[in-house]
Amino acid sequence: MPDLLIELFSEEIPARMQASARENLKKLVTDGLVEAGLTYEGAGAFSTPRRLVLTLTGLTGQSRPVREERKGPRTDAPAAALEGFLRSTGLTLEQLEKRADKKAEVYFAVIEKPGRQAAEIVAEVLERTIRNFPWPKSMRWGAGNLKWVRPLHSIICLLGDEGGAHVVPMTIDGIEAGNTTGGHRFMAPARFPVSSFDDYAAKLRRAYVMLDSAEREAHIWNDAQNQAFARGWELVPDAGLLTEVAGLVEWPVVLMGAIGAEFLHLPPEVLQTSMREHQKFFSVKNPKTGRIEGFVTVANRETADGGATILKGNLKVLSARLSDARFFWENDLRVAKAGMGEWEEGLQAVTFHNKLGSQSDRIARMDALVNDVAPFMPGLNIDAAKVAAKLAKLDLRSAMVGEFPELQGLMGMYYALEAGEPESVAAAAREHYQPLGPTDVTPKALVSVAVALADKLDLLSGFWVIGEKPTGSKDPFALRRAALGVSRLLIENGLRAPLLRLFSAAAQLHVNHGSAASWEGVPADLLAFFHDRLKVFLRDQGIRHDVIDACLAMPGNDDLTLLVKRAEALQAFLGTEDGTNLLQGFKRANNILSQAEAKDGVEYAFGAEVKFAETDEERALFAALDAGAAAIKPAMAAEDFAGAMAAMAKLRAPIDAFFTAVQINTDNQIVRRNRLNLLHSIRALVGQVADLTKVEG
Amino acid sequence: MSAVTTPRSFQEIILRLMTYWSGHGCAVLQPYDMEVGAGTFHPATTLRSLGNKPWAAAYVQPSRRPTDGRYGENPNRLQHYYQYQVLIKPSPPNLQDLYLGSLNAIGIDTSLHDIRFVEDDWESPTLGAWGLGWEVWCDGMEVSQFTYFQQVGGHDCKPVSGELTYGLERLAMYVLGIDHVMDMPFNDPASPIPLKYGDIFRQTEEEYSRHNFDGATTEMLLRHFEDAEAECERLLAFPAEDPKTGKRIIMAHPAYDQTIKASHLFNLLDARGVISVTERQAYIGRVRALAKKCADAFVQTEAGASLGEPETVA
Repeated sequence: MPDLLIELFSEEIPARMQASARENLKKLVTDGLVEAGLTYEGAGAFSTPRRLVLTLTGLTGQSRPVREERKGPRTDAPAAALEGFLRSTGLTLEQLEKRADKKAEVYFAVIEKPGRQAAEIVAEVLERTIRNFPWPKSMRWGAGNLKWVRPLHSIICLLGDEGGAHVVPMTIDGIEAGNTTGGHRFMAPARFPVSSFDDYAAKLRRAYVMLDSAEREAHIWNDAQNQAFARGWELVPDAGLLTEVAGLVEWPVVLMGAIGAEFLHLPPEVLQTSMREHQKFFSVKNPKTGRIEGFVTVANRETADGGATILKGNLKVLSARLSDARFFWENDLRVAKAGMGEWEEGLQAVTFHNKLGSQSDRIARMDALVNDVAPFMPGLNIDAAKVAAKLAKLDLRSAMVGEFPELQGLMGMYYALEAGEPESVAAAAREHYQPLGPTDVTPKALVSVAVALADKLDLLSGFWVIGEKPTGSKDPFALRRAALGVSRLLIENGLRAPLLRLFSAAAQLHVNHGSAASWEGVPADLLAFFHDRLKVFLRDQGIRHDVIDACLAMPGNDDLTLLVKRAEALQAFLGTEDGTNLLQGFKRANNILSQAEAKDGVEYAFGAEVKFAETDEERALFAALDAGAAAIKPAMAAEDFAGAMAAMAKLRAPIDAFFTAVQINTDNQIVRRNRLNLLHSIRALVGQVADLTKVEG
Repeated sequence: MSAVTTPRSFQEIILRLMTYWSGHGCAVLQPYDMEVGAGTFHPATTLRSLGNKPWAAAYVQPSRRPTDGRYGENPNRLQHYYQYQVLIKPSPPNLQDLYLGSLNAIGIDTSLHDIRFVEDDWESPTLGAWGLGWEVWCDGMEVSQFTYFQQVGGHDCKPVSGELTYGLERLAMYVLGIDHVMDMPFNDPASPIPLKYGDIFRQTEEEYSRHNFDGATTEMLLRHFEDAEAECERLLAFPAEDPKTGKRIIMAHPAYDQTIKASHLFNLLDARGVISVTERQAYIGRVRALAKKCADAFVQTEAGASLGEPETVA
């Protein structure tokens, strides 16, 4: 049983692509081999910046012979059918067999495929894999036509067993497979031959290449932690960075340094972001001060001076970067302490969108919208919220956010505090961007919520007014996220706001700005968009889609908090036995009533009279409906859906008994009409909570 | 690799790069005589990366980025700086090794430093060009851009050119151990008249910073942009056959000069802060349209044609 070793040796593969490249190599090669009739026992895939490696153990030496029989047309079928069959099988007429099949004689093709040598199959599969490899981006180089992620230099394709190893003959775009590879680019660049995977891995290690990315990650992490620990510091975990760094080195060497004292007063997020984004450094914290005071960098080689030159160089670069950051910070602080007026003015010149005006137009609209949301936010400090709305976006003009856009909001918070604003106003600068997705936290502080609502309502109504709604996968302004954000802000804070009214108010501001002539149709369309987003969100929360539809059909569906409360109560109710039975009773009543109404051309909404009742069950239902109405009315008035449904649950037994004992369609028309009117009472009473006709089951 | 010696000045680094790439067969060209944003704009790169004629050139290109002006105060940022540019078509298989050899040549001992190739895909929206490659890091500092051109002016590059761009000031500051660009020795400090970078450029950085941010007349810049655009299109609209000489003369280079002008005018307008975010895209699109037309024209010329089998280097 031979083993297979494949190495694709290239110029540096982007770190972010290596993990999926390993998986793809394994999948494409093993799938191809298995499809061609080979089996294997084990597979392992590895990557370094310069190589993709696959090893298979226990590969079968050749594929099993395959015998395939295919049934063709009848022997008296038209010539065209026969020709087609010959073409698809690749046989001649003489090679076909005639066999009796039920009534007629039919052609059969018997195709025998002899077993093939593994080497032949491997060569085919590897060539196909290389030519069709799913790199996120690939390129040509030199005068060739082959595409790979970066220029491909050599290929090892080696089949070996106890008897020895031999190279699988194959050539792709002038690169001939062989049995040699290179070591570390600088520490051991010479090429050397290998005879098996074990030999390969061992020789690579001697040539300063750690083949396994998991081992490189573990080595980096352990070494970094040890170095930090020795100094009484703590490494700040960053799994994404660890994977990336492990994909940049073949021979990781961890070096730790201290950040210059002149930078330690910078906000920790600024230090971390600058070091991570620009330098791919890990941050190291001093637990005694709680500050980020050190960094860890990972070099790709050992040096005679123990990394001193490398560390010195990295420190120099870091100092230049942090000098920039400090310059931004100090400049920004000057503006912040002066009240941020400079930024406020500057944002007039920053276009938000050519139809929607500048960033300062947008801020003015947010400020105005705070007035519109305030009535629905009991306890809101409206003055604070208006100040926050005016300040929340000013950091967009700051130098720091210009350099690190991902720090928007956070810097706004720092700067608002420097400007002497209260914490609630400063927090709004940071929190008004939230929630950034279905799992992000939703702000709870009312000032933040008010600004967040104003921000998103302005965004959504603006793009609706100018007719630039998201389509398909195109949503460049993240309007879907904004709509869900508004919904979650309202629902999770229990706020009761009529969205249609807020949409109109927001849209009117855009019309006032001249973005469009009118906002007609916008609120209703936007609400439908919100409902779509909300459905997806609630479904993920476990609320049934038919339950949502039943609640959406009720009036007041632009109050999302009410809508969700209703849906939750209904879902809970339908989960009980009373609930499912009452639903059945309701549907039965509704079906009979609807049919009669369709047939008679009237709506039986005249009110049933107990005096026409003939049976005890009928009278009992009258009594139950009266009692139910008395209980449901105050519950509904208090929006106590659970209470209303509990009261409805009491109707279940009388309704069931009524249907068991009473025939609706009697010959006596007065009694029949009275009973239909009685069914109408059931429908009207139960239908107050939700449109149960939309509920399945 | 030869023994590594540390150069003494900015100009020595340039001279060593010249010698190195000259020794590896590049035609050593002179800077293009127009204001450009980067060495890539030199027609020796943009236009010569098209077609299938082999090419190897190296040159210094003064480059201007008006928005980067800092009045000569920032230790690392300049509105006028130098790039060293190498373009070889088709890209040779040992281009990475050649590049590393050039670092050695300018005094970077690769046995003591940490050199890495970090993914960086290059794209020039104004040139309608893109390529894949890396930024090269030396001890965590970006010292060069290394790109395999895939498309230029909307045309596939066949064969592919390998492009190397060295940011000369930054690289030289690192090699010479200088913290502020203005303190960097331009010529040998032991010269009878030693000159620092600041002696030559501090005043111009001040003057141009003021010019770029406040001085340049925006109405004029806008007008010149329109003029350059119109002229580029006009030159390309001429019939290929020149009635005077009877020769086929497509004015691809003169038209491309107008594209370069438009691009620089756009950069100036940007520095003056009169271009909004959305207008930006529109301006970039207009320059790109010109670059594409020039590329379309150049591939019709002798130097840019792809006739017959791709030629290979002997």
